[in-house]
Amino acid sequence: MLRFAKWKTTLVALVVAAGIIFVLPNFFPRDSVEKWPGWLPNQQINLGLDLQGGSHLLLEVDVDSVLRERLESLESEVRRALRAERVSYTGIGIEQNGVRVRLTNPDQRDDAVEVLQALSQPIVTNAFLAVGARDLDVKVDDEGVARLTLTDEAITERRRAAVEQSIEIVRRRIDETGTREPSIQRQGEDRILVQLPGVDDPDRIKRLLGQTARLTFQLVDLDARPGGRVPPGSVALPADARSSDRQTEYIVKREIIISGENLTNASTTFDQQSGGPAVSFRFDTAGGRRFGKVTTDNVGRPFAIVLDGKVISAPVIRSPILGGSGIISGGFSVQEANDLSILLRAGALPAPLNILEERSVGPGLGADSVAAGELASVIAFLAVMVFMVMAYGMFGIVANIALLVNMILIGGGLSLLQATLTLPGIAGVVLTIGMAVDANVLIFERIREEVRTGKTPIAALDAGYARALTTIIDANVTTLIAAVLLFQFGSGPIKGFAVTLAFGIASSMFTAITLTRLIVISWMRWRRPTALPI
Amino acid sequence: MAWHLKLVPDKTYVPFMRLRRTAFGFSSLLGVLSIVLLVILGLNFGIDFRGGTLIQVKTQGPANISSMRGALGGLQLGDFALQEFGEADEVLIRVQRQDGDNADQQVAIELIKRTLEAIVDGDIEYRRVEFVGPQVSEELKRAGALALGIALGAMLLYIWFRFEWQFSVGAVTALVHDVILTFGFFAITGLEFNLSIVAAILTIVGYSMNDTVVVYDRVRENLRKYKKTDLKELIDLSINDTLSRTTLTSVTTLLALIALAVVGGPVIAGFVLAMIWGVVIGTYSSIFVAAPVLLYLGVRREVFDKETDESASDATPA
Repeated sequence: MLRFAKWKTTLVALVVAAGIIFVLPNFFPRDSVEKWPGWLPNQQINLGLDLQGGSHLLLEVDVDSVLRERLESLESEVRRALRAERVSYTGIGIEQNGVRVRLTNPDQRDDAVEVLQALSQPIVTNAFLAVGARDLDVKVDDEGVARLTLTDEAITERRRAAVEQSIEIVRRRIDETGTREPSIQRQGEDRILVQLPGVDDPDRIKRLLGQTARLTFQLVDLDARPGGRVPPGSVALPADARSSDRQTEYIVKREIIISGENLTNASTTFDQQSGGPAVSFRFDTAGGRRFGKVTTDNVGRPFAIVLDGKVISAPVIRSPILGGSGIISGGFSVQEANDLSILLRAGALPAPLNILEERSVGPGLGADSVAAGELASVIAFLAVMVFMVMAYGMFGIVANIALLVNMILIGGGLSLLQATLTLPGIAGVVLTIGMAVDANVLIFERIREEVRTGKTPIAALDAGYARALTTIIDANVTTLIAAVLLFQFGSGPIKGFAVTLAFGIASSMFTAITLTRLIVISWMRWRRPTALPI
Repeated sequence: MAWHLKLVPDKTYVPFMRLRRTAFGFSSLLGVLSIVLLVILGLNFGIDFRGGTLIQVKTQGPANISSMRGALGGLQLGDFALQEFGEADEVLIRVQRQDGDNADQQVAIELIKRTLEAIVDGDIEYRRVEFVGPQVSEELKRAGALALGIALGAMLLYIWFRFEWQFSVGAVTALVHDVILTFGFFAITGLEFNLSIVAAILTIVGYSMNDTVVVYDRVRENLRKYKKTDLKELIDLSINDTLSRTTLTSVTTLLALIALAVVGGPVIAGFVLAMIWGVVIGTYSSIFVAAPVLLYLGVRREVFDKETDESASDATPA
């Protein structure tokens, strides 16, 4: 029975041709492939960060700090509101997800509730939250203790907004550094996965992402001396390491004149007095007007430029600043000035980011790994080929053709699906070279056995292929299960291994069952052998 | 007729089942030894599972490891280790997780870099910097254990579905044997146990299973073919039938793995060593653990008589 259904022959030819077409772009330099006409496949295998070099950073948005901040501002809102309505109170404080305050005068209780209710705001969101949900729950118990609790909806919404905004700011900051093709994705509840191919200075990116970059302008409190008692309404802040002033501590008014939100632009410049690098900035209209007014009222007094709670500099206002722009000078290096202007342009993060995981690979190691992987593949390929010919002669050559086609299919498949090839992925390919011949070995051993029972070549061949089939499927499904689990539970590079392993198994099953059979049958039709050379 | 290399001569018949008690004793001994070593020595967890920092540097010219060690020793970073990595000019530095929050870890990394730059002549190339925080290392540990557990469970179910429960118990016994011995291998060699080793173990599970299924498949076929043959003899026959394939596939896989071990570079060396070990014990366990378990549990042969008709279509030429 030397028939091989025509549709099967066509299918095999099509699959092999598709494999060749899709693997082809990998053999040309990237820039030349990009110029190919659109109808040609032009996708190359994606190299993982461990092969092309780059940084993988897993960040966590400290959402709790957003809630803490909200509670702190709520506490002062409550204080202000009660004071404005002359409601007497005591023992105000923050507790789990809310603010508690004891109302001392029972007669004012109803007024107080009304005042506190007014602090509650409707939640503005486009998410699936109930319409009309409010952010605060106000309750007063019999003892006269009022509790303002953030509703679950408010907490969820704040967390969501904080993470989304963080992603946006992270993207802007990274874009400003000129990184090629960064990938910034949300992961889980409050995590951000940042992948930066080809970045050679991950430390700079980490420094940029490690600051919330909240900029404020506050007046220096001249009534208090640094190191002395801090008057209410003021706060002691340390000097930033980049500050060029001698002072290590400043007493500044709590009231914020203006903050980074009012900036429209920032860029690196040079300070005309010191000649050192500095950052120039420009306020928006409202900010400029406000800055103009404050500087007019406070000529001759210093104001502090505060970044993340540290004073960068505290220049004295020599004349009203009405143009809506200014410069920040300190003991910056050019790089530091550049980074600060990037941070100011991109805006402040709503919450600090923690680096949970970092994996950075230099381009040198990546290139070495690719070279080592290629060499190992070639050696493994040759060794297995020689061995197969030694073991099965002519049939070994058939198996080797199948092996070659396997490699083409794996390469084509990876290019087509844009899967990522990692170092463990290369190991997966090499392992596949060793294991892919298994299906053929099973078939050939079976044919040998059938020949030994005295079957004719054609019968032996047919029986061999047919009987080996169940075994091949059973045996490979188990490895496929392992590959799927690896993909599901593995991280980055391990996923790459799972992908190549799965591709290798699938293509080896395909080639063993169809391609080698087609070749052997064609050969037999041509030579009409009386005995199988196996 | 052409000459062909035959690792297993055609008329080979090894009475494997007669060796089963010796083999079980040997396997049990290795298994117990592995567990004891695991308890006493533990695994040398890499930063993936323990958290901490790993920095691989390349210096110009051979690295002076002892001066580096001295300099880093002055930094009070807790446990740290330096080792030559593959080449004389490459050094792998591992530092334990620092007390404090995540920002303190970054400070430590910068501090190490500045310190190295101060004492090493010429430029330093940072080949690799990895930091894994405690949350992530805990998650990776859990995910690894879960994947391993699910893999064993999935194999158990698949074999149960395709064969009979005795087969799936036998196969999973062999897998557990392989996994325990691989843990033992890592305990005794002190090789770093990281994420890629978990991948290796899962691959070993797949490979060993593959081998076992081939033998089982033949047992099933022979059960249908030889209705009267004694089970012991039948299992022996099945193993011998498939012995040539078992050794051939192991050899080609080992050839590929050895190529990787020799030229694949130190980053994947641990993975490759684990795989080589796994291929050897996986092959051994398919013959000496998975098959004898069938003999101990017994097989209900009627099941295969009934099935004959329905699955015979598999065995008839298409």
